[in-house]
Amino acid sequence: MHKMQALLSRDLRLMWQKRTDAMQPMLFALMVCVMFPLALGSEQTRLAQSAGAVIWVAHLLASLLVLDNLYRSDFEDGSLEQLLLAPVPLALVIASKVAVHWLTTALPVLLITPLLAQLLFLPEGLLPVLMLSLVLGSLLMSLIGAIVAALTLGIQRSGMLLALMALPMYVPVLVFGAGSVWQAGQGLPWLGGIWLMCAGLALLLILAPWAAATALRIALS
Amino acid sequence: MPHLAPPLIQAIDLCFSRNEDRIFGPLSFHIHGGEALLIKGDNGSGKTTLLRVLAGLLSEESGQVLLNGNSFESHVFCQHAAYLGHKHGHKAELTVMQNLRCSAQLHGKTGNTSLEGLLAECGLAGYEDTPAGKLSAGQNKRLSLARLTTQGSVLWLMDEPYANLDLAGIAWVNALIQTHIQNGGGAIISSHGAYAAPEVPVRTLEISRSLAHA
Repeated sequence: MHKMQALLSRDLRLMWQKRTDAMQPMLFALMVCVMFPLALGSEQTRLAQSAGAVIWVAHLLASLLVLDNLYRSDFEDGSLEQLLLAPVPLALVIASKVAVHWLTTALPVLLITPLLAQLLFLPEGLLPVLMLSLVLGSLLMSLIGAIVAALTLGIQRSGMLLALMALPMYVPVLVFGAGSVWQAGQGLPWLGGIWLMCAGLALLLILAPWAAATALRIALS
Repeated sequence: MPHLAPPLIQAIDLCFSRNEDRIFGPLSFHIHGGEALLIKGDNGSGKTTLLRVLAGLLSEESGQVLLNGNSFESHVFCQHAAYLGHKHGHKAELTVMQNLRCSAQLHGKTGNTSLEGLLAECGLAGYEDTPAGKLSAGQNKRLSLARLTTQGSVLWLMDEPYANLDLAGIAWVNALIQTHIQNGGGAIISSHGAYAAPEVPVRTLEISRSLAHA
């Protein structure tokens, strides 16, 4: 228990030291959402139709861009090696890292999502569905990302490879997440996708730290 | 004098190859509590690789590593041994004290008083609240060594502990190892041989590429 506290307080302190970095995914998502009206035109009905999908893609791209930071700095300064040899299960180390990573990268984007929704004329009443699907989706993407980032850690400049590996794995998350927003917009029952994402989350919460731990051991050897 | 206890760490016919290129082996050696093993070799002779294999960070090609006479298990290794790598292994953004305390807590050691004494011993007194990123290379090495000693492990695997240190630092490391050995600990130290060895029962293992003499 003390050890878990030590891990979390270490990661939280690091996060506080690098708190300005948390602005970057937020600004990136904002910019993506600003690009769409510029490309599509400012016609309100057309924007409202695609708003949910655009915000979802903005979230997905923002989470992809910061994925490589998850282990990279710990890998480069040798801390990861020391954590591997510490008497703490590696899966716990990873769980703590993913939790802090989600708080620093996904949460800021979630916080400005109501603003993004206003910007793109998301229809009234869809915001709660969008937020719910994004909270679940961002957790899922962080957990999936933890596995993929661990797999590519051994490779220098792995940014593009990471994106190529992570994007296909994000597809189901996007389909069910953006899908439930679309269904709600059509007045259809939308809870099915949400439940499926909940089930995926339960599964990944258990499996992803173990899978990432195995991948990390391979990457470091 | 015959040893009754099994050796702290024992390598039996240990081999390692990368891309079918033999890095070292077969190597057999063991150390008991109260002994140090100095691994000497030129740059690129496989000293780091050997230590990483012993620490379980790389898996051996063939042969076996025994800890206390039992086969290698990473969770046993974590309780039993500490590894000092090439990279300093602490966060540049955290202060010296935060780094040290975090490592001590991770290894189940709590209490601050001893940590301050330790920082004074390793020559980092007055740097408690300095971010580790602002320290020089030698001071970072001192911090890594201080971290190693907080872990309270019996066996130390030290990869080039003398690198970047000034003369006083080298003397400090030697004294540190000497105390550790006298208290019944063991140490495996890699060095390219340009530095003085600690005044403790030291055995030397010289390795060169694809050829090893113990």
